Parts: sequence; C-alpha cells; structure tokens
Amino acid sequence: MRMDLIQPFINSADAVLAQGLGSPVSIENLSMEEEAYRRKGIAAEVYLTGEIEGRIIFDVDLGAALELASRLAGVEVSETDEELVREAVCELANQIIGNAVTTLNDQGFHFHVRPPTLHTSEKGSKSSEDTEALVMCFNTSSGNVFMNVALRYHRRQAAETAAAAG
Amino acid sequence: MEKFAPVKRSEDGQPVRYLIVDDSVFARKNLARMVETFGGQVVGEAGDGISAISEYERLTPDIVLMDITMPQMEGIEAAEKIVRDHPSARIVMVSSVGYQENIVAALQRGARHFVQKPVKPEVLYEVIKYVMRDDGTAAHGAGAGA
Repeated sequence: MRMDLIQPFINSADAVLAQGLGSPVSIENLSMEEEAYRRKGIAAEVYLTGEIEGRIIFDVDLGAALELASRLAGVEVSETDEELVREAVCELANQIIGNAVTTLNDQGFHFHVRPPTLHTSEKGSKSSEDTEALVMCFNTSSGNVFMNVALRYHRRQAAETAAAAG
Repeated sequence: MEKFAPVKRSEDGQPVRYLIVDDSVFARKNLARMVETFGGQVVGEAGDGISAISEYERLTPDIVLMDITMPQMEGIEAAEKIVRDHPSARIVMVSSVGYQENIVAALQRGARHFVQKPVKPEVLYEVIKYVMRDDGTAAHGAGAGA
C-alpha cells in the first residue's frame, strides 16, 4: 500500500481528534490486517472511488464516542442517546476524510467520496491482495479510535484522467 | 467557548440573522453555538440544498452558513440558485472538503467565503466580520478571543 496515500489520513485524524477532544492524541499501534475487520465500538465507513479506490472505517470506543458527542453538542451526551452518538462518529469521519481528501486533491489525485454511513455489522469484508488494510489505533484520553484503511491506487483511471485533461 | 465582541447589523444594530445548512445535526449545533457567541441569532436550519433554498426565501437571513456535501442537492448548487435570485445573499461555505477546485467553484457561483471544518471559532468570527463589512459592525473594545 502506498504510504503517500495513507499519510494525509493519519495527519488529518490526528489533528481532527485532538481538536474534537480538546487533548493530544497518540498513535499507539499500526498494523496490516489480513483477517476480516471486527468492529470494536461505534463505527462509520466511507467509500472512495476514482484514482484512489477503497474504504476507510472509523471505529470509536464508546467512551471516546460519548466524549466527542458531548463536546460537539455542547451538552452531556449519555449512552442512551444512541442516535446522537452515531451522528457524532459520522461527523468525525466526515471531517477527517474531508481534510485528507483536500490534501490528496491538491497533490493531484482525483476521486470521489461518498458520505459516511454507519458500519453496523460485527464483521467487515476481508481485505484482498491489492487492497490490504492498514489499521491504526489512536490513543485518546477517553478511549481508542481505530482507523482501518483499505485503499488502492488506480493507475489506469489516473492515466485516463490525465489524457482527458490534456 | 471564547468571548467575542458581538457583530451587529449596521443598519439597525440588531443581531445578525443566520441560516445554517448542514446534513449533520452536530455540525448545525456546533455552528449555532459559535454564532451565538458572536451575538448572532440562528433563525433557521436546513439539512440539504433544496430546503436551504426554501428556507432562504422564507427567512431572508443576513448570512447563510452552507455545507457542500449534502443529500438531494449539494451546497454549491444551492448557493448558486440562491444568489441567482438574491444577488446580495451572503453565503459562506463551510466544509471539510477544502481543495482548490471546490473553493474556486463555490466562489465562482456566488459564495462570499469558505471556511474549512473542523471550524475554529476565531476563524469563523473573522470571516463573518469580513462578509458583513458593508453592513455589519463589531462592538468596540473586544476582538476575537478577547
């Protein structure tokens, strides 16, 4: 997997989480995942199509999700406000992806992003040889946030885009 | 949250009236809290571009804070339609997707400014003051973060 495609997502997650939680975060763990993804908390999934294709899952521990939701809403959000907590995780995913997309687009990569959707199943699809999944664990003061990135670069699509442009 | 000198309409000294458009209820709540710290009044909210147009017609707010990626009709298209019918409309795009092409497209279609998410209150405050410069005034003695 190309790290130049991944780095903007790491930088963006780091910055957005730190601002959203009002405290620094650190990357605790980084690994390649071969098995199907197992959801750990409240998760949102975002799909990308175009020169860069694949999906990213944000999986947030309940504690961190409650803290994020409370800070975003400006009021204490409890476990019973399930809808609000899910909305907060989707908005977080939206902000992280949006910032990373901005960086990648300005670097010349062209692709589309679909709005985040909740990832409700316990298990996700297994990553394939050409879309290995990189899993990062961000350690925050309220719990862990996992980012599972499975992307591939479409050389043919990029060539077609370049040919059409010029 | 920080304290800001209230931004008022220069014509009558009344609070600036805002329409907030975003498909995320959290983003709307967050922006509403911010503009209230600027002394503003949220007169309406919408969750997509089509509702934004009808709410603009109904409320004629001083400023629209508009997300870009939304269901049914995206923010740039909604901004273009509003400005076509109301050339003096002040629309500020607020989006996490802030690459050059997007910003240029929004400004070409009539948006007055662009703010990237996650929104920093001091940045939004300066943008509001800039956009309202021909019709707004900030109370003296306190600036952003004062």
